Amino acid sequence: MSSAIVILLTGVLVAVACALLGAFLILRRMAMMVDAISHAILPGLVAGYFLAQGPDLLAGFAGAVLAAVLTVSLVEALQNTGRVGGESAIGIVFPAMFALGTFVVSKYFANVHLDADAILYGNIEFAAFDLLYINGVSLGPQSLWMMSGLCLMNLLFVGLLYKELKLATFDPGLAAALGFSPALIHYALMTVVSITTVGAFTAVGAILVVALFVVPAATAYLLTDRLPVMILLAVALGALSAVCGYAVAIVLDASVAGSIASTTGVLFGLAFLFAPQHGLVARARRLQRQRLEFAVQTLLVHLLNHEQSAEQQAESAYSHLSGELRWHPPFARRVTDAAKRATLLQQHGDMLNLTEAGRAEAEAARATDLQR
Amino acid sequence: MVIELFTDYTLRNVALGSALLGIVSGVLGCFAVLRRQGLLGDALAHAALPGICVAFLLTGSKAPLVLLIGAALAGWLATTLLLTAVRETRLSADSVLAIVLSTFFGFGIVLLTFISKSENANQAGLDKFLFGQAATLIAEDVQTMGLLGAAALAVVAGLYKEFKLLAFDAEFAASLGFPARGLSVLLTSLIVIAVVIGLQTVGVVLMAAMLIGPAVAARQWTNRLGVMLILAAVFGAASGVSGALISVSDAHIPTGPVIILSLTAIVLGSLFFAPARGLVWSTIRRRQQRANMKVE
Repeated sequence: MSSAIVILLTGVLVAVACALLGAFLILRRMAMMVDAISHAILPGLVAGYFLAQGPDLLAGFAGAVLAAVLTVSLVEALQNTGRVGGESAIGIVFPAMFALGTFVVSKYFANVHLDADAILYGNIEFAAFDLLYINGVSLGPQSLWMMSGLCLMNLLFVGLLYKELKLATFDPGLAAALGFSPALIHYALMTVVSITTVGAFTAVGAILVVALFVVPAATAYLLTDRLPVMILLAVALGALSAVCGYAVAIVLDASVAGSIASTTGVLFGLAFLFAPQHGLVARARRLQRQRLEFAVQTLLVHLLNHEQSAEQQAESAYSHLSGELRWHPPFARRVTDAAKRATLLQQHGDMLNLTEAGRAEAEAARATDLQR
Repeated sequence: MVIELFTDYTLRNVALGSALLGIVSGVLGCFAVLRRQGLLGDALAHAALPGICVAFLLTGSKAPLVLLIGAALAGWLATTLLLTAVRETRLSADSVLAIVLSTFFGFGIVLLTFISKSENANQAGLDKFLFGQAATLIAEDVQTMGLLGAAALAVVAGLYKEFKLLAFDAEFAASLGFPARGLSVLLTSLIVIAVVIGLQTVGVVLMAAMLIGPAVAARQWTNRLGVMLILAAVFGAASGVSGALISVSDAHIPTGPVIILSLTAIVLGSLFFAPARGLVWSTIRRRQQRANMKVE
């Protein structure tokens, strides 16, 4: 297998593994907790390597997962003292753990497997060279085995505990009442997140793994209101980011992990602007349309109020509108045009007259207004 | 050791720089923490990286002021995006924070690796912003840091009343006619300055603690904002100087992490032992009350 394909596959698998859990992290407002975990596993990883006297995968995993659970518990313990605000607790715990990790690495492991920069942005570029040996037989790149394992684990986790996760996320109170412990589910999720983080750590580093967990899921959240769709979309967006990011990295001869993270950001930006329901453009257009609809209604009610009255001649004149309703003349033009298009009124010279449909609409609007 | 602090060139720069950072980030961190925006500094620190790289790519210069302007612009852009996304979408603030932080940093890494492979003879040293390298601080850096820090603190002193109001009751401030939004932007810009000072010393990752730590520690000792600001500055400076002193004693000990570890010790000490709010005292009080209840 060529090196390029191994890197690409590793990237896609990491992205998919992370994105599978992302939806729950976004909905449970735990994005920054993931950031904290991804930094705080460093001392655990180092301790594991130290005890195993070398970069032993299993020992590293065990240490890192313990460190992650410790981090979550410490943050919660600090918050529970009532002396420290929620985000401040995170901001105290993870730098301390990370500082401890870098301190130990630079003091005692100056020349071992842990490269300082790789901690931050990984070395997926070398994915093809780290082969997995069992009994001396090479089974191919270690990263592929590991990331496939993570994908499988997360798929099983989300698949088997979907109902419980959903319930504990949207209504922890109900979950507790029905006998599913939200705390247990919380810590199970945190453990799976930690294991995934440790696995992804070697490929993409501490900070970019956050992008893979959070950004595709957040993008998906802007595109759908349904949880299963959100999870699938997040996975697809993660995989897409990995492929596009890799291509960009090749062109620029730059960090693969960095490009993947940047691509997730670009996709999020596109969704932020152009998502059909929640995008900025859609929201602005909706707002504009609502403003126009409301203005048309106001105009119709105004005309209805003065129909058959002595001052109808003056009040129903088109030229009178901007003064009466405080509309800029161009806006008054647009409102009248919209109402005419909908055949709610007719214009004869300067006079505006309600049509049958317009009168009915105005009466209905006035009635609902009176009810309030 | 103490004499060397005044005579040894490197040690003096490192200690002075770290102390400056501690003071500035301590004071500004108080406002960030009180406004529940402690992690904003974390996002700004990460967002500064692409700004620094772009500034270098455009000018080819590594002058502190040039990189600083790049970092400040990127930080401002990140803050704007952050506030817009929180206002306009249903994403929670912490999700948006994580999104901005990780994607900006990812882009920064792309630029950083791109620069380092483009064989620019001048490129070496940009990656020191990742972990910070206090040991490479030169007198010119410390001067720039001092000027910036002094400017930031002068603004805080001048607008003390306004910032205080903003920190405790932003809506009340707005109702009194203070330009709450402008003040908020100004405060964030000052935090950007603290972040930029900190990048060279403690690096991107640990910057969050430099803003949050001193403020949280100081908060335990007092209920008055003025006292809290001074205490935070003292705690920040103390951890900066002690970190510098410890790391100079051994070439294998990096300054940034040691500063953060000293700071963590101060935070824990304050949480447990500060008079009135200390956890130890409140536990003892609770025990005594329980005992009294039993006697009665």
